[in-house]
Amino acid sequence: MNAMSTDTFTTASSSQDALVRFSQVKKSYDGIHYVVKDLNLDVAKGEFLTMLGPSGSGKTTTLMMLGGFERPTLGHILLNGNPVERLPPEKRNIGFVFQNYALFPHMTVAENVAFPLRYRGIKGTAAREKVARALGRVGLEALGDRRPAQLSGGQQQRVALARALVFEPSLVLMDEPLGALDKQLRERMQIEIKQLQTSLGITMVYVTHDQSEALTMSDRIAVFHDGRIQQLADPKTLYNAPENRFVAGFIGENNTMNCTLVGREKGLAVVRMADGTVLKAADAPLTGGSAALSLSVRPENIRLAGNDLPPAQNLFSGQVTDMFFLGDHMRLSVAAFGGQIVTARIPVAQVQGIAVGGTVHLACLPSDCRLLEG
Amino acid sequence: MALSEPVDLERIRTFVAVRRAARPARRAALSLALPLVVFLVLTFVAPILYLLVTAVDNPETRSVLPRTLGALETWDGASTPDEAVFAALAADLKQAKADSTAALVGKRLNYEIPGMRSKMLAASRMAAGLEAGPFRERFLEQGDIWAAPETWSVIRRNGAGLTPYYLLTALDLKQAPSGGLEGVAPDQAIFLSVLGRTLLVAGIVTGLTLILGYPVAYVLTIAPKTIAAVMMLMVLLPLWTSLLVRTTAWVVLLQSDGVINSVLMALHLTTEKVQLIFTRIGTVTAMTHIQLPFTILPIYSVMRSIQPTQLRAARSLGSGPTSAFWRIYAPQTLPGVVAGCLMTFILSLGYYITPALVGGPQDQMVSNFISVYINRDLNWGLAAALGVVLLLVTLAIYGLFLRLVGADKIKLG
Repeated sequence: MNAMSTDTFTTASSSQDALVRFSQVKKSYDGIHYVVKDLNLDVAKGEFLTMLGPSGSGKTTTLMMLGGFERPTLGHILLNGNPVERLPPEKRNIGFVFQNYALFPHMTVAENVAFPLRYRGIKGTAAREKVARALGRVGLEALGDRRPAQLSGGQQQRVALARALVFEPSLVLMDEPLGALDKQLRERMQIEIKQLQTSLGITMVYVTHDQSEALTMSDRIAVFHDGRIQQLADPKTLYNAPENRFVAGFIGENNTMNCTLVGREKGLAVVRMADGTVLKAADAPLTGGSAALSLSVRPENIRLAGNDLPPAQNLFSGQVTDMFFLGDHMRLSVAAFGGQIVTARIPVAQVQGIAVGGTVHLACLPSDCRLLEG
Repeated sequence: MALSEPVDLERIRTFVAVRRAARPARRAALSLALPLVVFLVLTFVAPILYLLVTAVDNPETRSVLPRTLGALETWDGASTPDEAVFAALAADLKQAKADSTAALVGKRLNYEIPGMRSKMLAASRMAAGLEAGPFRERFLEQGDIWAAPETWSVIRRNGAGLTPYYLLTALDLKQAPSGGLEGVAPDQAIFLSVLGRTLLVAGIVTGLTLILGYPVAYVLTIAPKTIAAVMMLMVLLPLWTSLLVRTTAWVVLLQSDGVINSVLMALHLTTEKVQLIFTRIGTVTAMTHIQLPFTILPIYSVMRSIQPTQLRAARSLGSGPTSAFWRIYAPQTLPGVVAGCLMTFILSLGYYITPALVGGPQDQMVSNFISVYINRDLNWGLAAALGVVLLLVTLAIYGLFLRLVGADKIKLG
């Protein structure tokens, strides 16, 4: 299941479909530290690819190199098969939506959207029609005469989107475009942006540090950390099968507990926890390079042990240290395996007779437990 | 409308309560500003009002020759006045001799009738010795000036408490004997050309500071912090040095045996010494240097507020670097450019020390003439009138800027 090599990511489809290809790209500002280390990445036509990572992970630098605002120190960036490292941004024909929108404050909304058209020789009626269509697409037909300062954050975001789409680029880059919006608006814009991308068939490369945003919108997600892509996969795979401890911890909530591998049995790995408890986990090919292993299981995959369980369950128990009511579920913090805190999400109706300080018996399926290196 | 909507007492009460609740804060703010307000009224508003009054004030003739003015009320204005007028003049001058005020009125009338000061002093000495009439013959013996109807019409006109004379002179105009306005003789018409020269020099200095300062302000915004700090220090340094010191430094640099000429000669760029000091070039150079920070700082402050992504966005949309600068960056720096230029232009209009020390006779600005009239000629009326003209021109230019670019487009800080 982990057939990809760890540092070269190519699309499942043939590489001729790749619109963008990063080939051994490195970027350093001071010649000592590399912000981006040996990046290899293909982006397929029509794909929504998200670069996800904490700040300083190299994702924004990668986007800026693709946009033409930074030059790779080493390596090549291919756009439609042509190297573009030396091509200035204005010659790349890439739509770019910036974090702060970068709308031009001295122009009206319509003038902002018409701006890229003047450089493409589109004038007069043709330009006005294109502007009207672009504004219509984002639901702002009526606001063409306003200045950006007279718009709300969400409206400004839409203008930036319309401006980046009006000249029909095949590739649109977005640098944390929803960061400044409140939660509800952000969720609505996520859906709108995704719908626009699908209906227009454009390729989108999207940078964010918000994992739920990445999971909602992306066809594929590249998780960046420390200048490298840690894992590149579709959201489901990323969530269910993180390949290393960083990805497991960064995407969603995860319990990661130190363990040692004691053997294999019926296609499952058998591990011993810190306190000697033996559990089973989905087997994973291990490189063996790293001695430290950890067992990862998501809180929603842990349930209360009961009589109605299938027999192959991992069973363990611990002392409840905290309980929180979160509406649809209870969140239990349990000290298990000799003091490690394990978090579990239990449906409210099942939580009866459990109190802080008491002992609970928990269970999880071996297939939900993943063995990670590091 | 008013009938269908009954007065909402509750809303009025709320409004009053809100006002009352804000009163302590309002009072606190006012009391904090009060010392400055008082200071400004005493040191700024009051002197300007005094200046405006001085420019039209005309007390001399009225106070020294009251009887003469009374007697002149029945004069026909075309012939030499009769005995009654001369008798009144003799009485006034006798009093003036005793009070030593004849020179005062003589000086005032001398502005309009050349030679009137000495004539008035001589007449007062004569009048002091006269016991009885007829006075008319004795005055006419003193000179033709007492027979001329123009003399008497000037005296009568100056009986008014306010005079347009100084303001008209500041604009190279005078009152014709008939009462209308006419230009002064070409050899006396100097003030309009001085005003024009002042505006021209201020304009050139403003343009030069903009051309030199704009790139500096831009580099300041993009330079690494340490370099930017050093550059900022160099921009601010002139501001921390006394104006007189800076101007004197330019005198040292620009004079015939000065540093610049020595360097030019040593490099064999010229064989003769170049005249730099006491020229327009010297004046403009020194003023540009002194004014640079005033233009740079507002532009820099506006440039710093422009997000760097603005230019990136323009580039990503297809605009080349030059086009992106002119279409996106430059328009957004306009508030700073206008503020900086306005500041430099208005300050340049009032330059005094630099043209006086570095400039030649043809580079003296309005301020130099004001100083001459205050310090040397003791003609405060004309000095005040020139000040008023300068003030009005400054206000007019400020108003013009506001009309052209809008008040919201000027950002001084």
